[in-house]
Amino acid sequence: MNAIVFDKVWKEYGDHVVLEQIDLTIAPRAFVALVGPSGCGKTTFLRMLLGEEKPTRGNIFVAGKPLKPEPDADRGVVFQRYSVFPHLTVLGNVVVGREFEKSGGLGRLFGSKRKQAEEEARELLTAIGLSGHESKYPAALSGGMQQRLALAQALMRRPKILLLDEPFGALDPGIRADIHVLMRRIWNESELTVVMVTHDLSEAFALGTRIIAFERPRNRPEELERYGSRLSADITPGMNGAALPKGATITRDIEVWPPKVAGSPNAPAHQGSAPRT
Amino acid sequence: MRAINYRPDKSWRFALALLPFLLLCLAYVIGSGIRLADNPNDKLLPSFSKMSEAVDNYAFKEDVRTGTYLLWEDTRASLTRLVTGLAISTVIALVLGIVLGLLPIAGATFGPVIAVLSMVPPLALLPILFIVMGLGEASKIALIVIGTSLKLIRDIALRVEDIPREQLIKAQTLGASSMQIALRVVLPQTLPRLMDSVRFEIGPAWLFLIAAEAIAADSGLGYRIFLVRRYLSMDVILPYVAWITLLAFLMDLGLRLLQRKAFPWFAQARAQ
Repeated sequence: MNAIVFDKVWKEYGDHVVLEQIDLTIAPRAFVALVGPSGCGKTTFLRMLLGEEKPTRGNIFVAGKPLKPEPDADRGVVFQRYSVFPHLTVLGNVVVGREFEKSGGLGRLFGSKRKQAEEEARELLTAIGLSGHESKYPAALSGGMQQRLALAQALMRRPKILLLDEPFGALDPGIRADIHVLMRRIWNESELTVVMVTHDLSEAFALGTRIIAFERPRNRPEELERYGSRLSADITPGMNGAALPKGATITRDIEVWPPKVAGSPNAPAHQGSAPRT
Repeated sequence: MRAINYRPDKSWRFALALLPFLLLCLAYVIGSGIRLADNPNDKLLPSFSKMSEAVDNYAFKEDVRTGTYLLWEDTRASLTRLVTGLAISTVIALVLGIVLGLLPIAGATFGPVIAVLSMVPPLALLPILFIVMGLGEASKIALIVIGTSLKLIRDIALRVEDIPREQLIKAQTLGASSMQIALRVVLPQTLPRLMDSVRFEIGPAWLFLIAAEAIAADSGLGYRIFLVRRYLSMDVILPYVAWITLLAFLMDLGLRLLQRKAFPWFAQARAQ
């Protein structure tokens, strides 16, 4: 199984603890939404899962193996911005994934191989609602269409895990609703575990099977005042006993009800049943 | 209405752009007229007819001594040096700039040394080049390369680093190798920016070329200007300077048009 396991993971930048003691198991085919205030470390969490950042303590396992220390084709990603390549057309942006996969150092396919990749890309673009725009450059697309393109681009490599970093945060509500429908369809139809960072609680509950909230328990202004002297003791360790937690931890871990199961969009299955694949 | 809200339309824009040029010409005609009225043999501000006579001699009449048309021969010699120098510079800068900007190890190793070397005044190296490479074409081209490539390398490396982190991550999640990222993601996005960088180096390239030609050459636009200086031939120098300016302007314009034609996505992306 492709479970993602966080085993006592810490992330610190020098003295600044961002995340502490994260113990978490994400089931295969889950749709996890990460919520929490700005600066609570949810993006850092995603970056670690991406392989862009390494945990300072603890380990991350995917399918029982330690996570590769760099981004790779088994984890797709969609960012809020700059997710697509501005110098490639819509079609080129989707084809490029197959070109990276199937060609050597040049990163280009020619002849029948290219035709085949283009055929596949066109199908994907049609499924995602971008047919007719193949020869446009991303700059000529609306924000919603750019994010659809970014999704198509990521799906071309059929990743097992899809990471979304506030992907729909900058979109208008109407467009966001449309893309939610699309996102749910993608999750149901392809073999995906999705981890999404979002600011929008309703989005988290609408899409997620599980919501995880991050919070810095000792970082609220009134606590900073109350515990200020003791916090200062943290900076010189050993002065005043045990250090208070400074980083964010998981404060809430919610299973969304009614439970959604990947692959069965209309009929919610029984809790605990094995996800259909 | 406020001054900041007056926007000239297209034809007004053209007329306004022309105005300063006309004023400059007018000022010259008046100044030259005053001096020539004083002394018809004045050499400092020759009349336009005198200059066109000189242009006619240099551009359309065979030189008795060499059997060539001097202006075209000088232009050919200078442009060959300039374009060769700039082309070598551009290729070096493109390769090294991408390597330095993309590979942290290369950047850490060569970044500082290039930053220091780019502070060496290139003209101070000219005597060394003449001693080492002789007085021929090589030393002049080398001066242009040294004078422009280091700045170009730094510029390209910075522009590579400006490519959003998200794009490099995205390429990796699509399975791209470092080489594929360099060739398919970074290179195509660097090329249009390279055009801008090269445009800004056209001016310095001409400076180095003319300096090298002034000191040791037997043809070239810079050589001619410094040769006829001995005879106070302003009627030749001024058209030559205007010609050099026009050539530099056309090179700049050419690169700008090429950028727009070859990279249609670039203007769109920049407008966003």
